[in-house]
This record gives sequence, structure tokens and C-alpha cells, in this order.
Amino acid sequence: MYDIAIIGAGITGGMLARTLAAYDLKICILEKENDVAMGATRANSGIVHAGYDAEEGSLKAKLNVRGSEMMETVARELGVPYRNNGSMVIGFNEDDRKVVEQLYRRGIKNGVKNLRILTGEEARRLEPNLSEDVVCALYAPSCAIICPYELAIAAVGNAMDNGAELLLNFEVQGIEKKEEYYEIVSGTREPECPRKVQARYVVNAAGVYSDEIAKLAGDHTIQVHPRRGEYLLLDKTCGALVSHTIFRTPSPKGKGILITPTVDGNLLLGPTSVDREDKEDTATTAEGIARIMEQAGENVRNIPFQKVITSFSGLRAAGNTGDFIITSHRPGFINAAGIESPGLTAAPAIAEYITDMLKDQGLKMEARADYQPIRKPVYAFREASVEEKNEMIRKDKAYGRVVCRCETVTEGEILAAIHTNPPARDLDGIKRRTRAQMGRCQGGFCMPHIAELLARELGIPCETVTKSGPGSEISMGRTKESRES
Amino acid sequence: MTERNMTCIICPMGCSITVKMEGRNITEISGNTCKRGAAYAEAEISHPERTLTTTMRCTDGRMLSVKTDRPIPKARMLDCMQLINGHTVTPPVSIGDILMDDAFGSNIVATQALP
Amino acid sequence: MTDLVIIGGGPAGMSAAVAAYDEGVRDILILERDEGLGGILQQCIHNGFGLHRFGEELTGPEYAWRYEQQVRERKIPIKSRTMVLSVTPDRVITATNEEEGIFSIEAKAVILAMGCRERAKGSLNIAGKRPAGIYSAGTAQKLVNQKGYLPGKNVVILGSGDIGLIMARRMTLEGAKVKAVCELMPYSGGLARNIEQCLNDFGIPLKLSHTVVEIHGKDRIEGVTIAKVDERRRPIEETKEYITCDTLLLSVGLIPENELSLQAGIALDPVTGGPIVDQNRQTSQEGIFACGNVLHVHDLVDFVSEEAEIAGHSAAAFVRGKLGADRDISLVTDGKIRYTVPRRITQGKDVTVYFRVADRYRNVKITVRRDGEAVYSVKKPRTAPGEMESIRIKEALLEGAGELKLELEGERD
Repeated sequence: MYDIAIIGAGITGGMLARTLAAYDLKICILEKENDVAMGATRANSGIVHAGYDAEEGSLKAKLNVRGSEMMETVARELGVPYRNNGSMVIGFNEDDRKVVEQLYRRGIKNGVKNLRILTGEEARRLEPNLSEDVVCALYAPSCAIICPYELAIAAVGNAMDNGAELLLNFEVQGIEKKEEYYEIVSGTREPECPRKVQARYVVNAAGVYSDEIAKLAGDHTIQVHPRRGEYLLLDKTCGALVSHTIFRTPSPKGKGILITPTVDGNLLLGPTSVDREDKEDTATTAEGIARIMEQAGENVRNIPFQKVITSFSGLRAAGNTGDFIITSHRPGFINAAGIESPGLTAAPAIAEYITDMLKDQGLKMEARADYQPIRKPVYAFREASVEEKNEMIRKDKAYGRVVCRCETVTEGEILAAIHTNPPARDLDGIKRRTRAQMGRCQGGFCMPHIAELLARELGIPCETVTKSGPGSEISMGRTKESRES
Repeated sequence: MTERNMTCIICPMGCSITVKMEGRNITEISGNTCKRGAAYAEAEISHPERTLTTTMRCTDGRMLSVKTDRPIPKARMLDCMQLINGHTVTPPVSIGDILMDDAFGSNIVATQALP
Repeated sequence: MTDLVIIGGGPAGMSAAVAAYDEGVRDILILERDEGLGGILQQCIHNGFGLHRFGEELTGPEYAWRYEQQVRERKIPIKSRTMVLSVTPDRVITATNEEEGIFSIEAKAVILAMGCRERAKGSLNIAGKRPAGIYSAGTAQKLVNQKGYLPGKNVVILGSGDIGLIMARRMTLEGAKVKAVCELMPYSGGLARNIEQCLNDFGIPLKLSHTVVEIHGKDRIEGVTIAKVDERRRPIEETKEYITCDTLLLSVGLIPENELSLQAGIALDPVTGGPIVDQNRQTSQEGIFACGNVLHVHDLVDFVSEEAEIAGHSAAAFVRGKLGADRDISLVTDGKIRYTVPRRITQGKDVTVYFRVADRYRNVKITVRRDGEAVYSVKKPRTAPGEMESIRIKEALLEGAGELKLELEGERD
């Protein structure tokens, strides 16, 4: 019997698990995929928003500003790179200027610090590659960038280090209210997974599936739908094209195509914004990619589109209210739904907010004496000094073997990713944790080697190693055996 | 009279060769830039042949690259694959070691050394 | 201080090392990231290598072995499983391996021989999800030939470069069904002999002017939509066709691997992606030479070896302080010739200029213009972008020249 079950191991569920792990509670996180951070958290812009976008008085506004204040500390504790690069919302005409001024006023009311309106000239002085046609910009120095899945992985890992349990390939198919607890049933894809979990409290952080999860618990109030966003990622040689995150003045459907450096030094363009029916439709489209190129090119000059190393797409869980839907209509069952932008920024604050709700609903929380908020550091060879590198190799020779040449990732880091909470179990899991296969060759060189390491460490045949969970095996068997003789 | 066009595979030049025939007799070979091209064209008409390169599994699980030491009938390439696939080899192997003989008139030899 | 450090122990690195040794340099070190020598040749188990060099057809491992013997006979030192992390303009090389950790070597001369990598799928922006079963042809080659795994059983190949063609045959021999090879261009980038013996021998269709427009499948690829493209290479909607497959291989080009060259401040040619070199294969940084696929992508390994010998000889001369320069002639081209190697000539000796053309031409005339004046020309029946061409320029033509321009006249084929 768990005290609490969190459904969904994205940034919302992960951050909540970490916050709750500070208390003497038995926690489980239920995730339908083979890894954490596989939904909206896997593919989004990675922006820590300043907080001028959301309507004054909304939950979004409140939790955005609070989350943005908390984020630097959270990132430091979890050992996740965080860069306070500042943002600009650029305007091209008088209509845009009105929007910029409105955002400025809203930001002040929401409590965003150090906002300024710049002239086109001033904006270009800070950001020389901005379009010549920019006439004004809202400058928000408190905006920052962070890697969303890295943050979620670290949050879940830290929660696990403090005792939380992660159940992967646990696809919730039934939630039954018993007298004292909920029984959650899975249609698991993997035989070794338990099929039933019992928990006194349940938090629904299931992203695009949060409506269906709520229904299973008898709560029909949640309406969410997937809104697809496509992105282009450019080579590291392009990361310095802009230093700030550049937004276009927003429209009702979203913030338009942004251009931002990433914490890893790449340049990210996107997202598009298209409402979809299919909750798994993470396909990229020719039109989407063309639209990103067109709009990004209007905002910033000299974007080297031939340096695109990958395109990808993610689904935001868009709610029907315009605000986050953090509600409870069944005792002990809390929804964290409609967590669209600025959900990443707000995640630490959402976790606090839900923790308070759980307290109000009678969950007893006693602080744990042995709680460790600092995540055990995960070493990145490429970022270490020569002395540190030599120390790493001296302690473990595997750090002297470079596996991924594009991103300079060593065997030591890959082994650490397989053996650190939450453990990587597939090739994409290794990629998200170490950046191996994420560089300009996209794994062409190192993938076979990484597959062998995974096979060895997990004790499985190499041909059954997967890209991203069951059904995505890297090969269809060994040669010499496939033909009937 | 019949005509057959083919691409020579003897060297990277890949000459386009035309073979003119009277029944089963070759009357003219053109387009080739060397004698080996003419020989290839003749063989291609009468008994097309290919050198097969592939791998053989070692008893320790490693793969060893191998080839037929002379061309085999083109039509027997997949049969030859089956023959090779049914065999394993125990290292050490030196380059040039004969691993199987009489594979469609050729030997299967190692093209790499495995300690 | 080491006389000569060679980065990469593939065909270029080995040939350069042997050439430098035979010129009298003894203090040589080859740095190789893999376990053994040979580089990419070890996974190229097909034959067709060595006709120019050895007068016989060898497989990749056999070709590599011949050079490896030459390196071993000369007892040239090798550090394998060693990754070079940086090279500075003044030739300090920092590398790492598990025994020594991070270490630095000062070198009198450096030869860059890191080879090239394949263009990845991301750069193609193909619509669809990102399921398993999509590999570059070279990755599939490694999986099949060296690791013994079959990536899939029903295969579509995008790109008709030589590796793609070779893998079409290889996958077929191992029991897979290759359903089509799609090529965006109206002609193949691979050698004609490979189309014959890798596709035609097995009845595999080559679809020219076709591309993959969409990938289907979530966990594993389930199919692709292909389409014919118009003259501007845009897909034609009405020609869309769905092909069921569990594997998509990409053979869409090779890119010289020049991350280290950039760190060393070496000027790169935007067309080749490799360093700008003179006839000695010396880069814009004195004492740093380049050869093989890191310099420009070759069609035949025989030419790599030949080029690496030039670099090896030049580096040896540099180490002895005898790499003279008495001229500074720049080599330029018209648009029909994409690039030349070298781009500069610094000595008045006969020089072979290698080049690649931009399109397929027939009845070709290549003209050399010295400061505008046509001074020499050669004829070739045909040229193709996939094949490297060369022209020998005599010493006499270099006298007093400031610029040599290569021009191509011919009919589009």
C-alpha cells in the first residue's frame, strides 16, 4: 500500500514526487512508457518563462512567477544546467507595439521583475542578428533556459534516491475506489511489472491522457486535447546566433515561433501549434517545418538552415479553460491537468501547490530526517577540467573510453546512466541522459557500441535492445539465422 | 541478330558494353575500354559469374569477413550464402585461410585476421 | 616533442605514415580511436578496392591489412583506443585513453586523417515520427558485417550513394527484401558497376528522381511514403506511393569530419567541407597537413592512399625544414566544376589537380586558364558528380602564374 501514487512521470509528476519525497511517505510513480519524461516534457522549448504571458490572477500567472523564482535553486540542487539568458518579445508594427505594452503591464501586475520595453535599435544592440524591421521589444532579463527532460529525469532520480518507486511500462487502465484507498490496474506491456497498485491518494499528472485517467476515477470534468508543436534543432556551431530567447508577439494560439539557444549550445526553433485528435501523433510535417523556417527567418537574420541536425515534435496537453486545471472532485484524487506552457516553469510551484492540497485533504506529512535534496552529481566528461577528467579516468577507466565522438561522451557516463536513478533502459534513454547520439551524426557512429553496453549491463541479448521501449528493437535478429536452411 | 547492353563491373570505370549476337554466337563486343571488359561481356553471356563477399560467424560469436576465392555462378550466390551461413569457424584465423572448399567451384577464404 | 603525429589510423593515416617513414622520419605516432588499424575499411567487406594500387580486387579488410603490414614492418608506433580531443594551431595535440588519461603531445608536423561521417536523417527533415528501424547505411553496415545483426527484413533505401548500393546487396544476401532504392537526383551518385552488381543482379528497383516524403510507424517503422520529384526536387503530390517496410536506410552523402581542424583554426572549403590545402596537402596552418576523406570525400580508396602519400612526403620535408615555397598560385573553378584539390600551388613542379564536376556531362573539354588565357586543355568522353577526375598540370604552365582557372565545357548528359 502506497500513501500516494502519481500517474505520469513527466515534469509535473516528477517534480511532485521530489517534493513529496521530503516527507515520510511511501510514493510510487506510474509511467506507461519505458522511460520518464516521454510526453510533453520530452519535446518542448525548455524556457523558464518570466511570467508576463498569463492573465493576472490566474493560476498560470501565480505559479509561473513562483516557479520561475524557485527554478534556479531547484536546478542547482538537481545538478541540471540552467542559464539565465533573458528573453525578448519582438514587435514589427504599431499593433505589435500595443501587444508589447500590454504584456509589459501584465508582467508588472504579475510581479515580474526588471521588465523593460526596448526600441528596435536597443534590441538589435543586445541581439545583432534580429531583423532590421523590429521596432520594439519587451525585454525580460529573468527569463532562463533549461533542458526539460533533463530536469524531469533529475527530479524523478532525486525522488527515487529518497525512496520513491518508479514503475515503468505501467499503463493505467482502471482506477477503483475502495474504502480506504484506490486500486490502480495496469495493462502492462512488460510481464515483470505489477498489474495492481494500491494507494491512499492519487495525483493525475498524465498530460494528454489526464482526461482519460480522471474518467477512470469517475471524474468527468477534465477536458484536454493534444496540441502539436514541431521544432528544428541546429548544430552547436549555431548556438551563438542569438543569446536571448526571441519570441514574436503572441497570438491567441500561442507564442509563435521562438528562436533560442539551448543550455547545451544548440539553436532551437519552434514550435508550431496545431490541435490534434491523436494523443500519440508526434509526427513532423513538411508544412510545419516550412512554417518554422519561414517565421524564424523573419525574426532573426542569418539562420543557417543547412545546419539542422534534427526535427522533432511534441504534444502539449492543452486544457479547455485557458488555465491550469488543478482540481479535486473525488476525495484523495487530484488532477494536475492542462499543464501547458508555462508548465515547465511552474512545475516546482505546482508541486508545492498540490502538496498543500494533499495536506488539506488529510495526508499526514512528516518531514524525513534523512531527506537529501541534492541529487548525486552525474559527471559530464566534456565539461570537466583536465584535472577532473584525469581524476575520473583514474577512478574508473571507462571514463577514458570516448564512445560518442560528436558530443565527447565516455563509456563511464553511459554506464552511470544505466545505473543511476532513474536508470536508462533504452538507446533514447541514454541519449537524453548523456547526449550520446544527440550530436551531428545522430548516433550513426556510436549506436552499435551503446547497444552492446546496454545489453551487457541489462543482461539481455544485444538484438533485443530497444530505441525506446518494447516494439522498437534495434534489429530483427542475428544474421545467418534468419533464413530457413 | 540480337543486341545486349550491360555495365562492366570489372573496374570502377563501369563501361557500357554492347554485345551483338547471331543466335548464340557473339559477333561483336563494343564499348569496352580494355580486354578484361570483353572477357567479362563474353562470360556474362555464356556463364555469368560473381565473387561473393560475406561474413561467417565464429564459434565465439564474432563475425569474420570472407569471400569466394574465385567467381561463382551468379545464379548460385544465395545458395552459396546458405552454405556459408551453416558454417562456423574457430579463431584464430589468418587472412587468406581456406575455411571451406568446393563451394560452387571456389574456396571460401578469410579476408581478415581474427586473433 | 614528436616529429610527426598522425590523427587517424585508417587508409589515409596508414599510407601517410608509411610514406613519411620511407622519407626518413622515424619519430612518428599514429593516434587511432578504434581498437585496431584500418578505419572504415574493416566494415567494407565487399571487394573493389585496390585495382589502382595493387592491380587486383581486394576487399576492404584485405586492403587495410596490406597497409597495416607496411606499418608493422616499419614498427611505426600506434596508440589505439585513443581519442584526440583537440589540436592547437601550434600543433599541440590533446588526447585521452584509459591508460594515460588526458595527455598532450607537441608535434613538429601533424597529419589530419580523421575521415568522414555520414549525413544523418535529421538534416533531411523527413516528415513523420521517429521510430526505430531508421539507420544510415554505414551504421547498418557495421551492424550486419561486424556485429552480426540484421536491422530488418523489408528495406527501403534512400540515396543511391555507393554505401547504399552495397548495403542493398548485403541485406539481400543476408535474407532481407530490399523493396526500392530512391534517389532524389535524376542520376545515381554511386558507381555504375555497383548499380549493376548490387541492384540489377538482384532485381532491386532504382527509383531516380524519387524521395521519401513521410515515415510511418510509432515504435518501429511500418512504411514510407515515397514520391517522384519535379525539376526543382519538390515532391509531386499525385505520384505519392506507400511502401511497407520495417527498415529505412539512408545513404545521402558523406561529410568530412573536421571538428578538430576548426579548433586548430584551419580554413575550410565550404564546398568540400574539408581544409583548403596546397599541392603538398598543407592546410592554412603551417605544419598541419590533411589527406583522405577528411580533406574531401573520395570515390576510391586507392586515391586516398595516393593523396596520403603526398601528405606523408610533405610532412617529412616539413620536419626536415625542406618544404620550400617559391610561388603562390590560387586555383579557381567555374560553376560546372565544384571544387579542386589543391586550391593553392606553392611550388613550380608538375602537379595533379583533382576535381569533381557539378553535373553529368558528355563530350567534355577541361580548359586551364592562366590569368585568363587558355593554356592547356584535355578532353573526356563523360564526367559524373560521383566520380573524381584529375588533370595533370605541367611545371612550365605554372611559370609566372597568379591564378589558374579550371573550366568545363560539355553537354548536359
